[in-house]
Amino acid sequence: MASFGFVVLYSAAGGSLTPWAGLHMVRFLVFLGMAIVFSRLKENFWKTIAFPVYIVVVIMLLGVELIGAVGGGSQRWLNLGFIRIQPSELMKPAIILAVARFYDLLPAGQIRTWGAIWPLLVLLAFPCALILLQPDLGTTITVLAGAMTVAFLAGLPMRLFVGGAAAVAVIAPLAYFFGLEEYQQRRVTTFLNPENDPLGAGYHISQSKIAIGSGGIFGKGFLNGTQSHLDYLPEGHTDFVFATMAEEWGLMGGVAVLFGFFLLFRWGLGVAMKAKTRFSQLVAAGLSTTIFFYVAINLMMVMGLAPVVGIPLPFLSHGGSSMMTIMICIGILMAIDRHPGRRGGTFG
Amino acid sequence: MSISSGKTISGAVQALTFSRRATVIGGLQAGIGVLLAGRMAYISVAENERYQLLSESNRVNLTLVPPRRGWLIDRNGKPIANNKTDFRVDLIPDRMRDKEKTVATLAELLSLNQEEIDRINKELEQASSFQPVQVATGLDWESFAAVSVRLPDLPGVSPRQGFSRFYPTGAAVGHLVGYVGIASAEDYKENPDPILVTPGYKIGKDGLEKTFEDHLQGKPGAKRVEVTARGKIVRELDSRPDIPGKPMQMTLDIDLQEYAARRLGPESGSVVVMDCETGDILTMTSMPSFDPNSFSDGIGQTEYGMLRDDDHVPLRDKSLKGLFPPGSTIKPMVGLAFLEAGLSPDETVNCNGGLRVGNRRFRCWNRRGHGRVDMAKGIYQSCDVYFYHFAQRIGMNPIALMANRLGLGQEFPLPVTNQFYGTVPDPQWKMKKFDRPWQAFDTVNATIGQGYMLANPLQLAVMSARIATGKKMMPHLLLDGKRKPVETLNIDPEHMAYIHEAMSQVVNGAGTARRARLPLDDVKMAGKTGTAQVVNLDFGRGGSDVAWKFRDHGLFVCFAPVDNPRYAAAVVVEHGGGSGAAYPVARDVLTFLYDREKAMNILTDLEKGWGGTISERMDKKLTAYRAKVAIEKAIAEGRITQEGAVAAGEIPDTEMGQ
Repeated sequence: MASFGFVVLYSAAGGSLTPWAGLHMVRFLVFLGMAIVFSRLKENFWKTIAFPVYIVVVIMLLGVELIGAVGGGSQRWLNLGFIRIQPSELMKPAIILAVARFYDLLPAGQIRTWGAIWPLLVLLAFPCALILLQPDLGTTITVLAGAMTVAFLAGLPMRLFVGGAAAVAVIAPLAYFFGLEEYQQRRVTTFLNPENDPLGAGYHISQSKIAIGSGGIFGKGFLNGTQSHLDYLPEGHTDFVFATMAEEWGLMGGVAVLFGFFLLFRWGLGVAMKAKTRFSQLVAAGLSTTIFFYVAINLMMVMGLAPVVGIPLPFLSHGGSSMMTIMICIGILMAIDRHPGRRGGTFG
Repeated sequence: MSISSGKTISGAVQALTFSRRATVIGGLQAGIGVLLAGRMAYISVAENERYQLLSESNRVNLTLVPPRRGWLIDRNGKPIANNKTDFRVDLIPDRMRDKEKTVATLAELLSLNQEEIDRINKELEQASSFQPVQVATGLDWESFAAVSVRLPDLPGVSPRQGFSRFYPTGAAVGHLVGYVGIASAEDYKENPDPILVTPGYKIGKDGLEKTFEDHLQGKPGAKRVEVTARGKIVRELDSRPDIPGKPMQMTLDIDLQEYAARRLGPESGSVVVMDCETGDILTMTSMPSFDPNSFSDGIGQTEYGMLRDDDHVPLRDKSLKGLFPPGSTIKPMVGLAFLEAGLSPDETVNCNGGLRVGNRRFRCWNRRGHGRVDMAKGIYQSCDVYFYHFAQRIGMNPIALMANRLGLGQEFPLPVTNQFYGTVPDPQWKMKKFDRPWQAFDTVNATIGQGYMLANPLQLAVMSARIATGKKMMPHLLLDGKRKPVETLNIDPEHMAYIHEAMSQVVNGAGTARRARLPLDDVKMAGKTGTAQVVNLDFGRGGSDVAWKFRDHGLFVCFAPVDNPRYAAAVVVEHGGGSGAAYPVARDVLTFLYDREKAMNILTDLEKGWGGTISERMDKKLTAYRAKVAIEKAIAEGRITQEGAVAAGEIPDTEMGQ
């Protein structure tokens, strides 16, 4: 999958290793090594570090806010000297670990009590607030969705989710008309009808659809994509990498990528099903769902089914932090796959 | 605190819940996956055609290549208007982002002066978004390259290598040929052809350029280029060359045209020369004129202002739209009318310097009188009294009829934008126009080409060609095979011979234009002088001692050689002070037809006295005008005072110019 990403990025750079494809491959190999190291670690290690990691990442997010406030202007990066990382990315696996650990610790009988809910809300409140402040709605949603998935799998009452969905359905239009500023409203309408504003905010979506649509079934051929090579497609190597790919490889390439992701998620959920302990079950399912959110939101955006939010496509998009997140997820999944644990988990 | 039914939940139940819900999530994910695949298939298969089209229109930019205009060539194949390669820069207003900054950058790169910058800014304000605004033409390669390499930072700037119209003889053909210019918004509305708004595409705006527009236009070429989103051209895909417009051969002799224009010198006037065998117009000059090269390049405001403010009206074509009282030049025509009405040419009248008509005394131009005058003397001495006397006897109608037969008051089928055909007055005309009966003094006035009588220089040339040949010569500008045979005028050859002889006397005998005799051994010219009063001057004649605009017009009609006319010409010098301003011009222009070297020598000497050739004088005038405008502006802004400027010698005390 990452090799395919390499090939696509190679084309996006106009048939050259620099600036994207080479780095992409190097990063992938480095993070793959990291994932393999992770896969050697036992479940107990992950259990132990779940909360500490969560706290460290929250502190890093706080650090980003502070530096941003001091330095003026918002930022997402934390420069650790040797590496620049995006703590909000790290939060994605961290929240899964923390929430899973929480439900793991929670006695089974309390799952339908308030005691199962408020700590979740507390766990979510800090990172979500901090990431929203950055502001980064896309990541916030991914973090929220990952945590909610774990909570859902942990067995929180179904009606909470149904009720929540209903509440969102009611609140969303109200929020649109009364809560949003005009420019935010425009962003939503642009998404609903991108052709109305082909040179403005709808440009990304229009050009992306043109790239995908003009690819047809078999695509224009490797290195022959005009939308990406002539710069019509914005962000053709990061968020819109799928459009770059689809233009050159067509529907066939797109279906192949989707099939690849399908295999990945099947494996991820398979790992979760096979896992013997509650923690590993929740973590495995949560992590694979997190990766799924990446894929789903990105592809929906690229195909004009969702508004433009800055979420990259795993393995294909160029970008270090997201690649790191994905490979952390994969590493942990591999660890769980390797050590499914004792049936029945910690409670018997 | 329970939020649910109190049923106990064990680990086993939890595990069951987990796998059930995980299945739900897996199902949801698969559902979304199928949705995405479906969506993708829809976009890339069902809407493939549409998106492919959009992608192509993104990628490929079709640019039209303005066709080269057809040449205008003279009767000998010399170019009157051709095309020269040209590096030019235009602005496309609706593609520009920061207009001010772009113009400023261009001004620096191309070292434009303030006047040009003002013009560009003004045109940018007025132009519709799609109309190209010309920044500069005729650039050298370095400036052109300097703009081209900065294109990515200059959206809306369009540098092109193309062709621009060039008129080798400049102002000499201004009025006749007209000029080309960018299509106006109205043109585009009428005919929304994209070529009209392609930078570098010009259409004929006046004169022959306008009349023959369809013929000269040619077919645009096209170039398909691959461009990036920022408009950078990646490569040329294919191109179709333009089909240049067809050349048009005119009857003009461009050398003669240029000579006539130069020979008019600083005067305002017109020279028309016709070929007596074919009716071909060899020259139709009107000076002063504008330089069609400046007009076609988009004229600067100052230069236009100078042309507009000039009292010699360089913007008006005097050959076709200048109406002048023909004065005594019509006397040969009136003589023919007398002869045809049965007047014996030998009948005489005594001229003592004037004639009483009604209760007013009409003076002859010669106060002392001509003594006994017959028709020949009436013509070669231009005796007014002779014509006052016999015109009253013959009446106006035969005269008006003859005037019309000889071309006065007529409009000719010429490929020109407009002709003012003037007036040949007669009793019916006056009744209709002024509702007043014709009076004897009207006849008297008309018979010496004054009063209501008005003609343009072309008509005078046609008149002299018809008198020269006795045929109904029609003027032609287009040199093509399609000519109708020339009809005869049915005038008694004896009458013709008499008038020819009288006109020859004007130049070669005891006439009014003896200095007009051609400096050639074997060619004799016949002619008739005319001095047309502009205003009734109580204090004397409108010679060179009164203000320019009150001076008499000088006119001369002629043909040569006398015995077998080959060329006929008319010269009008507006406010020239008398016919003496006109016949030397006619003499030299006809000399040029026979002996170019001799004629050029005369001209070279004259131009030394005038301060150079036409373009040299126009340049000087423009510089002076610029300075004047600048000083006036400074005075208006209060930076200097009028007195100070005069004292410093920067502006003359009186008006500048003539």
